[in-house]
Amino acid sequence: MIGSILAAEFTDTEKWVVNSFWGVIAAVMIVAALRVVTTKNVVHAALWLVVVLAGVAIQFIFLGSEFVAVTQILVYIGAVVVLFLFGVMLTRASMGDDESVGEEKRTMAALVGVMLAVVMAVALVDTYGDDQLIIDEPQRVDEVSDAIFSQYIVPFEAVSVLLLAALIGAIVVARKD
Amino acid sequence: MNALLAAALPLAAEAPTSVSSVTRDANWFLENVWIIPLLPALSFLAILFFGKRMPKKGAEIGIAAVGLAFVLAIITGFAWLDHRDNFDGPLAESPATGIEPAQGDKLEDPTASHEGDDEHAIAVVSEDGTSSADSVALTADPVDDGHGEEGHAYVAVQNSTQWFQSGGIEFSAGTLVDGLSVMMLFVVTIISLLVHIYSTDYVGGDRRYTHYFAFLSLFTASMLFFVVSDNVLQMIVGWELVGVCSFALIGHWWEEKPNSDAALKAFLTNRVGDVGLLVGMITLFFAAGGGKTFDTLSITNTINQGGVSHTALVVAAAALMAAVMSKSGQFLLHTWLPDAMAGPTPVSALIHAATMVVAGIYMVARLYPVFWEGMQIPGSSINLLATVGAVTLVGAGLLAFVQTDIKKVLAYSTVSQLGYMAMALGVGAWTAAVFHLFTHAFLKANLFLGSGSVAHAVHSFDMKKDMGGMRKFMPQTYKTFIIGSVALAGVFPFAGFWSKDEILTGTGGWGILGGTGGPGTYTFHLAMGMIGAALTAAYMTRCVYLTFHGEYRGNDHAHDDAHADDHADDHADDHAHGDPHESGPRILYPLYILSGFSIVIGFVNFPPGIALIPDGWHERFLHFVEPAGASYFPGVGHGTPSYSLAIISSLVAFAGFGLAYRYYFVKVDNLAKSTGQHLTELPNGLVTTRGWARAGHKVLVEKYYLDHLYTGIIAGGTKGPIAKAANWTNQHLIDEVVDTAGRTAVKTGQQVYARIDQGVIEGVINGSGRISDATGEELRRINSGKVQNYAAILFAGAALLAGAFIILLAL
Amino acid sequence: MILNQFLLLAAALFCIGVYGVLVRKNGMLVLMSVELILNAVNINLVAFGALTDDVGGEVFALFTIAVAAAEVGIGLAIVLLMYRNRRSIDLSEADLMKG
Repeated sequence: MIGSILAAEFTDTEKWVVNSFWGVIAAVMIVAALRVVTTKNVVHAALWLVVVLAGVAIQFIFLGSEFVAVTQILVYIGAVVVLFLFGVMLTRASMGDDESVGEEKRTMAALVGVMLAVVMAVALVDTYGDDQLIIDEPQRVDEVSDAIFSQYIVPFEAVSVLLLAALIGAIVVARKD
Repeated sequence: MNALLAAALPLAAEAPTSVSSVTRDANWFLENVWIIPLLPALSFLAILFFGKRMPKKGAEIGIAAVGLAFVLAIITGFAWLDHRDNFDGPLAESPATGIEPAQGDKLEDPTASHEGDDEHAIAVVSEDGTSSADSVALTADPVDDGHGEEGHAYVAVQNSTQWFQSGGIEFSAGTLVDGLSVMMLFVVTIISLLVHIYSTDYVGGDRRYTHYFAFLSLFTASMLFFVVSDNVLQMIVGWELVGVCSFALIGHWWEEKPNSDAALKAFLTNRVGDVGLLVGMITLFFAAGGGKTFDTLSITNTINQGGVSHTALVVAAAALMAAVMSKSGQFLLHTWLPDAMAGPTPVSALIHAATMVVAGIYMVARLYPVFWEGMQIPGSSINLLATVGAVTLVGAGLLAFVQTDIKKVLAYSTVSQLGYMAMALGVGAWTAAVFHLFTHAFLKANLFLGSGSVAHAVHSFDMKKDMGGMRKFMPQTYKTFIIGSVALAGVFPFAGFWSKDEILTGTGGWGILGGTGGPGTYTFHLAMGMIGAALTAAYMTRCVYLTFHGEYRGNDHAHDDAHADDHADDHADDHAHGDPHESGPRILYPLYILSGFSIVIGFVNFPPGIALIPDGWHERFLHFVEPAGASYFPGVGHGTPSYSLAIISSLVAFAGFGLAYRYYFVKVDNLAKSTGQHLTELPNGLVTTRGWARAGHKVLVEKYYLDHLYTGIIAGGTKGPIAKAANWTNQHLIDEVVDTAGRTAVKTGQQVYARIDQGVIEGVINGSGRISDATGEELRRINSGKVQNYAAILFAGAALLAGAFIILLAL
Repeated sequence: MILNQFLLLAAALFCIGVYGVLVRKNGMLVLMSVELILNAVNINLVAFGALTDDVGGEVFALFTIAVAAAEVGIGLAIVLLMYRNRRSIDLSEADLMKG
């Protein structure tokens, strides 16, 4: 599948193509993410979120994790976003402008965000420099499943119980008495 | 220790130590005992989903399931009797090694060397070739040492399967059947069955009738699950499940505040012990399970063979003690048990008297090597377990004297009897403790259900206000209650006599009474046991007098339904208020059955040396229940019973009875008759005339001030200062810091603004000033209550800390 | 490809998500921003998994997706409840915790 484009024996030109493709995706993701947090329209925000989530799925493919990418699309774009749209409908949130947020609050939040970004960027660049990431073949699904059902069985069971609890909790919280 | 073991274990002497007394190959019923807890568990679900739609509102499902479980438990019991005496199939390797069961030749059994040895790989108990052993089982003359080893080793049956494994540790689920668990299966199922039947009448018409039966089923399932579990993890699960059921059933009538408070108190007190349980089990897992296995038998095997450091065992035993103290109501943590009487009476009988509260005792009995080694039971004369038990025994017995609520008398009596059991385990009288558990379950269920029957008639539990003279109205209940009381007081030949006497024997020492040969010389505990016997007889006499004798006091006052009447409103007015009347058959028949057991159940363990009893009848209980000689059980020595001890303990109990009789049946009764008043105490008794007696009475009424200690001093003492400290920190420290930070930021901003106002980089500085200003403003209004502001501070703080960290690393 | 390009992208997404969480008044939009943060974390997990050639990174990314689904369910339930109680999902009005 697309994972094979990552094969190590690329020529320089091909590498350049792959890298610029990656750059375009990343740029689209950043822009879309910014729109998610800035757009005044809730439905638009949800749709921009779809773009980001799809971008993340593509990132997973770049990283050779096809299974996670597929799960990302199924669960996030298939279920979570639909949940959001339902939520929007149920709460009859204004489809139009979100009421204006105070300038002050914006500044503060931006400050915090930039601070975090700087700290993380410095730390990452400092630590990893230009470490190469060599992905010669995609991760096999059977390896993932074997790991889940042997080594990671306890977290797996915990997650199942958590999902059940969340299911019940959501019903309890949201039901009308 | 090793000498003892070797003496008790002649068969295993040459077997490799990794061979345990476990088999995975036995009778079908012994292997598949998991069905028994499964039945009530299914019944719980069925009642939950379909109960309301059934003609009897779900009660029939519960009764059917528990009845079936009871039948299976009986069959399992018989299968065990057969297995105990005749099994010579293959033994399993020690579960810790994880090696598959070896073939039959591992068992060096001198008497099993009859023909067909090679066939034993599959075999359970073959009909042929074991006839000789059969006759041993039936006519069974005890071996001279009284240990009841009749040629066959004690082999438990384990059937476990891997649940999952993670990180190299296998989590298994399985069942372990030996005499102890078979005994518990029998006790739990029969009492649960009788309580189910009794409840159909007692809580009939209740608004949560179906819910009630669902939880009875779930409780039964959890208790059975706990009893048959083969590893300590499973035990923890069962332990917590019974706690949850207890919580739900104590709070069955949660609309009334005291009931829900009692449920909470029970739950929270038990949480204290649960922490101990968890710590203890984890300690065992690492110390004795090698960090690999939770299996009960491999843990006890390892400990028994001396492979575990004493310190680890002391820690484990002490931590497990906390669990025992909370669940089995031992002194200091027993306070929840009397309050738990807020639940429906059948629940008190099943959970808070007969079964759940003995979970702690069962756990100690199951993990006995931990306590045997950790508490240094053999050869000692005092240890924590025995002393806590002895203190509980006497302390709770005294408390039973000042109760006016009939159920609370029985509750303290239960605590006291549990003290007996803990003490017996502590002094090394394992069998006596388990035997007392066995007999006590029947007697106490009998007494509780009897008290429920009375309360059902008078709509109250208050002996002093609403009872008295019930003998005339409820002759059947009276008879069964008397039998239960007499049996509990330890009168020959009722059930309580045998088990209590065995405990006293087991304390060892005290040569005058001839009680020698126990694992240690626990003279103090023998004395406490004697005092406890006198107290038991005395408070039961008082209870019987106040409830059944004298004149009926129920019509003394206007009958308002508000007081202590936990089911009157559910019963509408189908009982005409007037004279109480006898309860119906669904209440009486369980009482008949239980009082029958109270009479005869003690006969299953005649001590050796009673000449009148046929030889084969001695110590049957010990033979079938105590894993003597099993590799996972320490070689407990047994005290030699003597007539003199039995006679003296009977005299002591009789003295207690006589004093109470003289006070209530003679003095109070006469005075009441001569004055024509309804008296419950003498107006000029000791308590009113003597200062020290009044003080003692006050201490007892206040329950040794334990509740004050917990809620007032410990909870209040920690809650208050913590709240105050938090408030102070909030007021002074945080506010100060925030204010200062805010002010500084504003000032900095202003300074910067003022100085470089006209500077070249005006815009940049301006912006930074304004940001500082804004930050300052935000910080000042930090207590806005808005989550987002808190989140902003959180992230900013994290970023700052991370930044500082990076800079530090870079330097 | 170098590791840092993924990590920096994830860091950018994370910071944008934090900004959204802090600045949005609408409860739904806050939840969406939380999704951005979770996705950033997932990219990190998978990238490090690829670096060390360990399947654990992917497994935990899958767990995160599952947990995120649970989180959205509960979050939306809370938003719905808030809407029902106050006819508004404006978080700036939710200040019952005010000290």
